Amino acid sequence: MSIRAPRKGENYELSVDLNSEYRDKRKDAIKRVIASMTVGKDVSGLFPDVLKNMQTDDLEQKKLVYLYLMNYAKTQPELVILAVNTFVKDSDDPNPLVRALAIRTMGVLRAEKIIDYLCDPLQKCLRDENPYVRKTAALCVAKLYDLKPELVIDNGFLEQLHEMIADSNPMVVANTVAALTDIHIAATSQPSTSSNDPALFPISASILSKLLIALNECSEWGRVAILNALARYIAQDDKESEHICERVVPQFQHVNGSVVLAAVKVIMIHMRGVRREDLIKQLVRKMAPPLVTLLSSPPEVQWVALRNINLLLQKRPDLLSNEMRVFFCKYNDPLYVKVEKLDIMVRLAGENNVDALLSELKEYSSEVDVDFVRKSIKAIGQTAVKIDAAAERCVHVLLELIDTRVSYVVQEAVVVMKIDNADELLGIFVDTFTEESYPVQLQTLTAVVKLFLKKPDSSQGIVQRILNTATKDCDSPDVRDRAYIYWRLLSTDPGAAKAVVLAQRPPISIPRTTVAPALLEELLSEVSSLASVYHKPEETFIGQGRVGADSLQRKATDAPDDRFSTQKALQTVAAGQQAENLLDFDDAPAVEGRPSGLAATEVLSHTPAAANLLAGTSSNPLDDLVSIFGAPATPAPPSASPHDLFSGLGGNAGFSSGSLGSPAIQSPSVGSHQLPSRINNLRRTFLGYFRLCIGTTSKIV
Amino acid sequence: MASLIAILDLKGKPLIQRSYRDDVPATYVERFLPIILEIEEEGQQVTPCFSRDGVNYMHIRHSNLYLLALSRRNSNAAEIIIFLHRLSQVLVEYFKELEEESIRDNFVIIYELMDEMMDFGFPQTTESKILQEYITQESHKLEIQVRPPIAVTNAVSWRSEGIKYRKNEVFLDVVESVNLLVNTSGTVIRSEILGAVMFESTGKTARGKSIEMEDVKFHQCVRLARFENDRTISFIPPDGEFELMSYRISTPVKPLIWVEAAIESHRGSRVEYMVKVVAQFKRRSTANNVEIYVPVPDDADSPKFRASTGSVQYAPDKSAFVWKIKQLAGGKEFLMRAHFGLPSVKNENDPPPRAPITVKFEIPYFTVSGIQVRYLKIVEKSGYQALPWVRYITQNGDDYSLRTAAEKGTAAPIRSL
Repeated sequence: MSIRAPRKGENYELSVDLNSEYRDKRKDAIKRVIASMTVGKDVSGLFPDVLKNMQTDDLEQKKLVYLYLMNYAKTQPELVILAVNTFVKDSDDPNPLVRALAIRTMGVLRAEKIIDYLCDPLQKCLRDENPYVRKTAALCVAKLYDLKPELVIDNGFLEQLHEMIADSNPMVVANTVAALTDIHIAATSQPSTSSNDPALFPISASILSKLLIALNECSEWGRVAILNALARYIAQDDKESEHICERVVPQFQHVNGSVVLAAVKVIMIHMRGVRREDLIKQLVRKMAPPLVTLLSSPPEVQWVALRNINLLLQKRPDLLSNEMRVFFCKYNDPLYVKVEKLDIMVRLAGENNVDALLSELKEYSSEVDVDFVRKSIKAIGQTAVKIDAAAERCVHVLLELIDTRVSYVVQEAVVVMKIDNADELLGIFVDTFTEESYPVQLQTLTAVVKLFLKKPDSSQGIVQRILNTATKDCDSPDVRDRAYIYWRLLSTDPGAAKAVVLAQRPPISIPRTTVAPALLEELLSEVSSLASVYHKPEETFIGQGRVGADSLQRKATDAPDDRFSTQKALQTVAAGQQAENLLDFDDAPAVEGRPSGLAATEVLSHTPAAANLLAGTSSNPLDDLVSIFGAPATPAPPSASPHDLFSGLGGNAGFSSGSLGSPAIQSPSVGSHQLPSRINNLRRTFLGYFRLCIGTTSKIV
Repeated sequence: MASLIAILDLKGKPLIQRSYRDDVPATYVERFLPIILEIEEEGQQVTPCFSRDGVNYMHIRHSNLYLLALSRRNSNAAEIIIFLHRLSQVLVEYFKELEEESIRDNFVIIYELMDEMMDFGFPQTTESKILQEYITQESHKLEIQVRPPIAVTNAVSWRSEGIKYRKNEVFLDVVESVNLLVNTSGTVIRSEILGAVMFESTGKTARGKSIEMEDVKFHQCVRLARFENDRTISFIPPDGEFELMSYRISTPVKPLIWVEAAIESHRGSRVEYMVKVVAQFKRRSTANNVEIYVPVPDDADSPKFRASTGSVQYAPDKSAFVWKIKQLAGGKEFLMRAHFGLPSVKNENDPPPRAPITVKFEIPYFTVSGIQVRYLKIVEKSGYQALPWVRYITQNGDDYSLRTAAEKGTAAPIRSL
């Protein structure tokens, strides 16, 4: 003891008290040690002194000592061995609480020395008469596997766990399933695992029936574990799929949202095997109300539910077709909830409810939060794209909005919708160009250049004027630089200039507008997991070293991720060359105005750049240039049909994965600006729409 | 599955944490807030779950605290987020309030609870009534022999055996909360009734018949398969009060308490409000403790009120004034006027926030849905019969709001007073 610490200071005092002859004083000292540990002070030096207090009949004191051991066992591997005796003795205590506590704690000490002594007590505890001890021991096997898999296999613990699936106590069954699943996951993450590894936990038909029985008796968390196991079962025929669905459906009524979502997952998976159409209809119908009820949960739970509902709607658009109103935002909803609700509202928009939606979106557009306002206005644009018949009404709402907020834009705004007058209208913006904030200037600039590319004859004057103003009279280097780029681009041979620019530009990573069908199926099999919440396959966010080579290949097109950037870059270059060809082809029609009618709109919408444009997230003028010509800026996921992309675009463009930090390439110029005032924001967003309108002439006029 | 659970203050300092698995070092807890700030700085949304460097951060807010779970796997986000909410509930039930101080004062018991509520990252027992049976604030001597209550692992995990009462009484409280949203033109655009049947009993097994409702949720004591079969709610109740079932009905609801406000705003000098409240329910019912929150600009000053009933107070912290009416009889209507001064200098670019009017109220002996408990049978081995008492109440939900019209001019869309 004397070697360890100086004879002064806090730790010394603690050490003295820990060795006190008075029980109360010792216990108080342990509490102080734990308190120091809690605030992050290093009290590992007191290990032997604390250890002396382990053998006690005071349960609270025992727990405290165990807690201390859990924290410092790793730093004092030599001394942990001194605790073994007490542990082993405790695992034989007449009180089941003590037995369970001992086995639970031993499993997490993670010290080599102690593991070898764990097996015997564990063996006993797995067979304990008390279910509380058994359920604790079951999880302890998983802990042991995490540390030393071979010990688990050699001691036959796996076989014992498999027997425990038939335990009379449902809590024990649930923890057994959780342990076996955990071991299964650990084993499958090892690349060398063979298919007959004993650690694997395939769900057989006999296990299935045991699980279905335990499901109804179990505590809520146990149900989640069991439902997750049911989700992995591979049904033999459609009868069996039906049977599973029917047995799981009552779980929709459970008060715990994670049980509901786990049940939704099982149903979504096993419904694939159901052939009876009426049953499928019935299942989908029963799924809707519990999903809606999840929206009465705390906001964080709502968010998880909303992210999952978003996925479910991509698979089954009819799921909540009459429920749009429940997604109306509450004034006090946190922003992350409102954003998801907006997305889903647009997804559920149809001709029958578009008016209600628009008046709601209009209401949001006058709220305080600038971000939310912008997203609401974007949603109006997305609605316009999604529902052709309502496009005009959407534009009117936009106009009204401008009307109420920024009165001096009103006159212009009305004209915006008529492409014939666009030059006139933009002229007004150009006139006040230098008075606008920088983001508005950038948008105006881009809009004018776009207009020029669309209608070179009538707008040559205005382009000249704005480039002149922007390069000469503008304070912002960003605006000046962009204008210079445009100028040079346009003054040389446009075709060649575009090709050069396209070849040189960096790869653009675009937020996923929708989830590709294959990925969607994968994510639906993981409802309520992080993958389903992120809308990304798990390989993209879980720890390194677990991605197999072929899965990497498979996912590369699905997920924007840094690791795939090289591959992306290659693809982009390829796409750039392709774009060059397309330009030659497309240039003429664009000038002649041949892409008319809705077809033209659709072609535009398919290009990711257009998606960006619609969402207003794009600040890269080059995107917009490209989008005008309908050339693919980055390759669309190969499996996504144009239709999918289009429908997803209406609902999801721009903000679905923005929150996850997908690295959208932003022109550095915009990023460097301070947040513009609210009005400028509106104007900027609106200008974004102006560009949209040019792109979709046929719709508006 | 979670590898680590921590409670942090708003500065991101961990107050207490418990590691359940080795794969996420405790130091990651301290990265949480910097990442949040970084996300905010990038102008992105901070969401309850996000991933950084292979570690997933799942968190909830509880007043001035973050409850955080970390994991490396593709964990069940719903499970963990709901677990964090349960943890906060349990701690609230233990300490009345969950805040920095109560955590510091009770760290020993919180460690104990964390140990009992989660094992190796899997949620275990989260019912505070059961936890309170064997984790208490007084220390135990082993002579007293605290044992794991059978409830922890029992199929009937919510009731300890051997609880007996001399009087077998059952109270059923049917509480309906109305959420509704009225738009500026006075139409109800969304309404729902969230009902809860609170059961307080000393009885044993009970059965009841239910009516058709859109979505019914039951306490875990209810046999779900049985309900699916014959719509009978059969259960063994836990001791004490608990929420037996909850339901949601989204039929259109006429606003029970209608409020409209005419706002006359004179920019740079003053703003006037005329508020009318109408009790649109039956004459024999009475709404108690009605509170009407009318939002006003943040910078409004020198309030003046005149009300035909009740009392009015300015609540600058909420940017609103509150009109309180102790008892509002059905069919009645009342008026009040408010007058505020406004600063003469105003930022034109910053339009005033437009929060909706919100209303709080309670109407006893009344349910909007008309739900009734028709039949409640208590099955007791001894043949002892208990009389059920049923009480009904309707109140505001967490979102009973009526949108105000634009403040400019004299608020045309609102019906004239």
